[in-house]
Amino acid sequence: MPAVEIRSLARSFGALRALDGIDLDLHAGEVLGLLGPNGAGKSTLVRTLTGRVRPDAGTIRLLGEDADAPGARRALGYVPQEIALYPLLTARENLALFGRFQGLEGAALREAVARGIAFSSLTDRANEPIEPFSGGMKRRLNLAAGILHRPRIVLLDEPTVGVDPQSRERIYAMIGELAAGGAAVLYTTHYMEEAERLCDRVAVIDHGRVIAVGSRDELVRATIGSDQELVVDVAAPFPSALETALTALGARLAGQRLQLATAEPAAATARVLDLCARHGASVTNLRLESPTLQRVFLHLTGRELRE
Amino acid sequence: MIRALVRASWVALARDRTALALSFVLPIVFYSIFALVFGGDQRARMPRVNVIAVDEDGSPVARRLLAALAAEPSLRLHTAPGSREGEPPAAPFDRVSAEAAVRAGKVPIALIVPEGFGAQRPDFVGAGQETTPLLLLADSANPIAPQVVKGMVQKVSFTVLGDLYLGAGVEALDLWGVDFTPAQRERLAELTEYLATREEGGNATKGSSGPGGGEMLIPVTIRDLTGEEKERPLVTFYASGLGVMFLLFSAAGAGGALIEERESGTLDRLLSTRLTMRQLLTGKLLFLFSMGFVQISLMFLWGQLVYGVDLFGHLPGFLLMAGCTALVTSAFGLVLAALCRTRKQLVAVSNLVILSISALGGSMFPRFLMPEGLQKASLLAFNSWALEGFLDVFWRGQPLTAALPEAAVLLAWSALFFAVALRVARKWERV
Repeated sequence: MPAVEIRSLARSFGALRALDGIDLDLHAGEVLGLLGPNGAGKSTLVRTLTGRVRPDAGTIRLLGEDADAPGARRALGYVPQEIALYPLLTARENLALFGRFQGLEGAALREAVARGIAFSSLTDRANEPIEPFSGGMKRRLNLAAGILHRPRIVLLDEPTVGVDPQSRERIYAMIGELAAGGAAVLYTTHYMEEAERLCDRVAVIDHGRVIAVGSRDELVRATIGSDQELVVDVAAPFPSALETALTALGARLAGQRLQLATAEPAAATARVLDLCARHGASVTNLRLESPTLQRVFLHLTGRELRE
Repeated sequence: MIRALVRASWVALARDRTALALSFVLPIVFYSIFALVFGGDQRARMPRVNVIAVDEDGSPVARRLLAALAAEPSLRLHTAPGSREGEPPAAPFDRVSAEAAVRAGKVPIALIVPEGFGAQRPDFVGAGQETTPLLLLADSANPIAPQVVKGMVQKVSFTVLGDLYLGAGVEALDLWGVDFTPAQRERLAELTEYLATREEGGNATKGSSGPGGGEMLIPVTIRDLTGEEKERPLVTFYASGLGVMFLLFSAAGAGGALIEERESGTLDRLLSTRLTMRQLLTGKLLFLFSMGFVQISLMFLWGQLVYGVDLFGHLPGFLLMAGCTALVTSAFGLVLAALCRTRKQLVAVSNLVILSISALGGSMFPRFLMPEGLQKASLLAFNSWALEGFLDVFWRGQPLTAALPEAAVLLAWSALFFAVALRVARKWERV
């Protein structure tokens, strides 16, 4: 049984169809990446799961129960996109407050707060107001505040926005720990690298629809195949004769850059370099790229993720 | 460059419909409300001063004087408490019940015509005779009423008691050695009779003694019932008026924390926990209430220490009114915060609403000076009840029970405001 089961979920705001028939499953111990550009419907989907947005149609089941059944949402831990903490309270006070709102009391609350402090690596600063904390420290605490009650389903809405690399690593580790502990983690992001690195599966969402879902390899195979991408930069714009010859090979040209998907990278590289030499084009940079989610996304949506 | 800046500012304002409306409608609304409250509307009826009249003298002079005062359009004389239809008429006011009514704030002033008033002689020559002045028992919360009544007494004395002055004047001239001829004396007697009968249809007592002299032709003593024991009564008055207005501003500002919760995302997080909107608003209400209670307590404590406001002398009444006022202003602050989408809107709306109801409710300008219709309308402003309660306690020195009706009304308003705030905020709970 999936921890989260979403069927035909739809919601419109006026003329905008924010969710347009979403079907998605999330399993225990899994990190599912929800990948999509701004306005794709990621946050609306997460807010619908938390109960803050009422769907027009469709169903959500949490651990087998209807999401609106009493107590069903207690299995959820939600980490919003904003730093939803009280800046003038200390880290410990913030955690104690949100732990209390999750129904924790007494020893259970104290244990949860101590766990949250350790989890967010803020032991040294636990008793300081969080206002002057760095963005990364606040993000870690923001995450810890959402999981104090050991939720079996964790919803993370872009938890690494504006975070320094060190804190990002710590947040990745925190998410790994959650999944290893058996939690089902839904992770929304528009960072491809994060999705590739963290997620067991990725759901690509655009215009309120899930347009592809699967593991990274599955998505790559189903969309762009295992072709490598040859990228070549030249010193001056391509002469028209060279442009014609490269296009005939299947290359895509933009400015002084050439991109060519190929299953035989060695042969393709030799052909391209030979053509450039013959037409007097000076190569300034050359690299081979393995298939990425970025390319998968481009293939599926026809646009870059950050558009 | 500067032109571009100005243009951009106007375009931005034009596109923010709410800001636009508030910017240009606000001054008109403000102007209209204040013009109405401060009596700028000439069409509005000016207030009539309610006066309790007690005739201890019972002389024809006293009756003529009171009848003439009753006919004055600026006064409304009451000789007995109003009774409901079907009930026997209430006993007339006496000095004790009149004083109690003034102390209770039911009327701003009582006029006592003491025994012997009509029997005394006017004193134009400064003979220094004993006088029996009219007594005005006043509530100094209304500083205008005694002056109006005093002026009216002098006015009607000239118009209806002319015979008395004439008689006294002739006697004074006699004393100064003016020798009237018999014919002159006859003419003066005729004139005196005419003046007396003209006003009372022939019932006047020809040649009766008139009131005594002094600086005023009708001597009047004013006794301030409510302010007489206070060192600085006005300070007490304004501690109440401004205290209520300040609490309104304070609650509206602090209620904005609710908007911040929404803007910062903590509301999303809070509502994803077991916390319900009702619990959230109850928590906010209790916080605002406790803060408001401490604020008004500090204000009165400061008033006691520095300005001589008698806080500890009225502690139970203060606790009752401070509690009810803090509660109603907190609930009102929540309504404003729930209705507004942004902090900016909250500031604009709360300024408009709070300044208007403060003016209407009497925080800035005493209600009794407002036109009559507006005085009644001001009862719809919940803060007027808070102010009245404080005045009952601090100004009129009434017992705790006197402020209970105001406290009950404030509690009812609080419940209503909380229900409205909850209903509005529930719309945010699930969009």
